[in-house]
Amino acid sequence: MRSLIDIQELSTDEINELIAVASDIIDNPKKYSEVCHGKKLATMFFEPSTRTRLSFESAMYELGGNVISVSSAESSSAAKGESVADTARTLSCYADIIAMRHPKEGAPLVASMHASVPVINAGDGGHNHPTQTLTDLLTIFREKGRLDNMTIGFCGDLKFGRTVHSLISAMSRYSGVKFVLISPEELKLPSYVKRDILRKNGCEYKQTTDFEGVIPELDILYMTRVQRERFFNEEDYLRLKDRYILTPDKLENAKPDLRILHPLPRVNEISVAIDNDPRACYFKQVYYGKIIRMSLIMKLLGLEV
Amino acid sequence: MHIDSIKNGIVIDHITAGKGMQIYKLLGLDKLDCSIAIIKNVHSRKLGKKDIIKVDSDISVDIAALGYIDPGVTVNIIKDGALVDKKNISLPERIENVIFCKNPRCITSTEQELTHIFRLTDKESKTYRCIYCETKAETK
Repeated sequence: MRSLIDIQELSTDEINELIAVASDIIDNPKKYSEVCHGKKLATMFFEPSTRTRLSFESAMYELGGNVISVSSAESSSAAKGESVADTARTLSCYADIIAMRHPKEGAPLVASMHASVPVINAGDGGHNHPTQTLTDLLTIFREKGRLDNMTIGFCGDLKFGRTVHSLISAMSRYSGVKFVLISPEELKLPSYVKRDILRKNGCEYKQTTDFEGVIPELDILYMTRVQRERFFNEEDYLRLKDRYILTPDKLENAKPDLRILHPLPRVNEISVAIDNDPRACYFKQVYYGKIIRMSLIMKLLGLEV
Repeated sequence: MHIDSIKNGIVIDHITAGKGMQIYKLLGLDKLDCSIAIIKNVHSRKLGKKDIIKVDSDISVDIAALGYIDPGVTVNIIKDGALVDKKNISLPERIENVIFCKNPRCITSTEQELTHIFRLTDKESKTYRCIYCETKAETK
């Protein structure tokens, strides 16, 4: 019985295998439409989420499975003070697999230690969100045909953005990937990420505040939202939130096969005028998110077609 | 100074000078009613000075906790007055309820009954991180 709490738990071969199955699902969806027949997914979301919960649920339905769900902590026994461990034990009696989001870091790990079925971390506070990283990897693979030998730019909040740290960690495993880190001084990538991931893996990277200047170099541009909830000081948030806004004029010198990704929700860091540009991929990314979750559910349930 | 040798018990040797009392408390030796000797600032050829703890009772000690507080100590097991086992203690891979996570966003902050578990993530810098939230342990 295997869970997925942190993307680091997956080997590169396993990631490649998940992507291969996902690609086959895209090409042959009918083949997979009954693979989870008779299986139940429990979604346990202790904090608000639209995309991730619906993505997991639609993934399970498309595999022919069923879903049982508690949509908020207020309507669950957690509101009565039940521990995560007890909740996990209880859900194990109802479902074959659990997807859990929780505001506290490490809660899904605690659940996986006590559940008798696989647990998928669907986000634990600002800590891990492995299925977002898998979504990003599948998007890059499907759009570029490879995960190696490319220049990937990360723009926005590189300090607090968990999706950024996690994707950098995953992409650093592939050869020939160059990283361009675009952020205001206050939101730079933490030094431990540079030391423990980029330098440790011998990755080429550069840090800059010059957004427009580096866009022509990029194969992938990963935009992020500056998150209000990460700031203690509202003034700092207001000063930094509009620092980098992607507008059509900034893409004038970009490569024609650039792909723009964003974990969503977007606020204003990508102008809506870009949404119809063929290089914009953030809504396709949502689709790929469902597909990779289908692939992951199958893997964790030990199901093959 | 003369301390009687023990018949059945343990001798914790090569303790970094000054850490004897910390280990005494950490291992809960203050709760035992057998004879215990804490010998401080003993001359040592290897360390210059060291502390030694002798416990005149056959107790089990939390080796991982000991290794975290003072890697390099040795634990000698004495049976019928003879040395039967000698354990060289190194930095443990994992420690439980020795240090506590102080990250207010960590699940351990709200679920009081959870075991606080830290894992050695970098041997060179002796870095331990909480297994739940990966917060770095404060330097001991």
